[in-house]
Amino acid sequence: MIDTKHYNFAFLDEGSKREIRRSILKAVAIPGYQVPFGSRELPIGRGWGTGGIQITLSIIGKEDVLKVIDQGSDESVNAVNIKKMVEECTGVEITTDSEKATIIQSRHRIPEIPMRNDQILVLQVPTPEPLRIVEPKESVTKQMHAEAEYSGMWLSLFEDLTLYDKISISSEYPTMVENRYIMNPSPIPRYDNRKLNDSETLYLFGAGREKKIYAIPPHTKVESLFFDDVPFETENFEGKSCRLCGATGVFLDEIVDEATGEKVYECNDTGFCKGRRDRQHGNTNFKN
Amino acid sequence: METPILRIDHLTVRYGNTCEYCRNGGALNKNTCPHCKTVWACNDVNVQLYEGEILGIVGESGSGKSTLMKSLYFDFDITEGQGYLQAYKNGQEDIFAQSLQQKKYIRNHIMGMVYQNPMLGLRMDYSSAGNIAEKLIAAGQRNFGAMNDRVAELLDAVEILQSRKKEPPKNFSGGMQQRVQISKALANNPAVLLLDEVTTGLDLSVQVKVLELIREIRQKFNVSMMLVSHDLAVIRMLADRTIVMLDGKIIEQGLTDQILDDPQQPYTQQLVHSLL
Ligand SMILES: Nc1ncnc2c1ncn2[C@@H]1O[C@H](COP(=O)(O)OP(=O)(O)OP(=O)(O)O)[C@@H](O)[C@H]1O
Ligand SMILES: [Mg+2]
Ligand SMILES: [Zn+2]
Repeated sequence: MIDTKHYNFAFLDEGSKREIRRSILKAVAIPGYQVPFGSRELPIGRGWGTGGIQITLSIIGKEDVLKVIDQGSDESVNAVNIKKMVEECTGVEITTDSEKATIIQSRHRIPEIPMRNDQILVLQVPTPEPLRIVEPKESVTKQMHAEAEYSGMWLSLFEDLTLYDKISISSEYPTMVENRYIMNPSPIPRYDNRKLNDSETLYLFGAGREKKIYAIPPHTKVESLFFDDVPFETENFEGKSCRLCGATGVFLDEIVDEATGEKVYECNDTGFCKGRRDRQHGNTNFKN
Repeated sequence: METPILRIDHLTVRYGNTCEYCRNGGALNKNTCPHCKTVWACNDVNVQLYEGEILGIVGESGSGKSTLMKSLYFDFDITEGQGYLQAYKNGQEDIFAQSLQQKKYIRNHIMGMVYQNPMLGLRMDYSSAGNIAEKLIAAGQRNFGAMNDRVAELLDAVEILQSRKKEPPKNFSGGMQQRVQISKALANNPAVLLLDEVTTGLDLSVQVKVLELIREIRQKFNVSMMLVSHDLAVIRMLADRTIVMLDGKIIEQGLTDQILDDPQQPYTQQLVHSLL
């Protein structure tokens, strides 16, 4: 139990929050650039979203409404734990409704409903460095970003096309931010990459273990890397719909129906799905 | 007099801080200052390379041959000197004084490098096609199909079967690895190809094939070359002119036949005779 008698509002002391906010400001000023920050100890293990939590805790105010999702789900153990922690040390309202939330902290997904300019999306990132797959040393990748030396990244895409006739990266598909920095969009599916481009909302990315913060401010150009003659492709859900709410044109999870053995689909964004179903039922009730 | 396509003036590469003594031209122990231990790896080197020629560079181990080559490929910063390339701003600007971005441009568009050690020039775990394409990507190409076509052409030029393009160089013999390096170095039609001991360590029969390939490439790609070798037979077979290096300095240069048949410097005489 974190009680407000023994802990500061939002757990972190004001000095730490101010320092993290300074790193966030720098990140916003240089879209896609990874800003180092002094990652704090939290009552949650590193690697369980501590980067995202620290961002959330340093920007949250008493009036905010928080939503936490983990791989599209509001109810996963990790999401529930984070919500409990933030609720206990801030007392802010917690919601599952994307439209009601002012801050959404997420892992692996960007909500289906387009986010607004009065909202902030905080994404948890395990490995912030997009060039890590081509270069193990941090000092070298730092240099590569400084020089915009991205041949290695392009080469790894070329290599995929040569060996497998397609680009095999499914999540963390690298993006180019404002034609300057290659950025890891965090482990969101390719499907969500386009939501980063020219968006209304501010995206903040936090990596607790690797002590990095980066940002995509509203209306930033974010392109997924592609070759002139090989366009970027996202997961394709054409002809498929959610078996619960009937939604199409959204990111779907594939599930095998235990009874029939058939492949069926459900919205990955559970909050979105529930909202649709509630409204559908509401409508039915109204008609009665 | 014909203008060289590459001119290097007073190139000096030092390792160490120097002292009063060696700065004022005091005698060195080989290439090293006896007082402060500064290594003068290249010491006031002047070289001209002419269009279409193969310039041989010979000299004992440690004489500064690789340092000269790597300087030209901007693998490190030189200490002093200037370089001018006809293909870069008509030879009007010192290539060593350029920004990092400009040096990258020169490296990717005008120069090609084949290292003595293939590990330095290739990614051993990537496909051979990828290794060659890396140079195209570095030059800004972003069309997969076009790059693939160019890779196919280059593999043909060095006589590697298309069917092996997906294989990584680590699966290849030494001779084939050098072929991959050569095709990579040629990818952007460089004006100057730098070859550092390309055949050292290869079997004799393989050596001959690689040397013949180099000769063909000069014709086909109309590229000028600087060719470092320990082996005077290699130099005799390929080089039009030859420079002899000793302790970081050029001690003799001229037409290859002249240098090998009628050396003027005692060191060169000794070198030629010990190898006859
Ligand atoms: N990083 C370094 N620090 C100090 N000395 C160096 C460094 N790199 C090279 N040298 C020295 O510079 C000199 C020239 O080396 P270089 O590799 O150019 O010789 P080389 O003529 O290519 O020899 P080899 O025939 O053995 O390849 C040598 O004395 C070498 O020890
Ligand atoms: Mg050498
Ligand atoms: Zn000295």
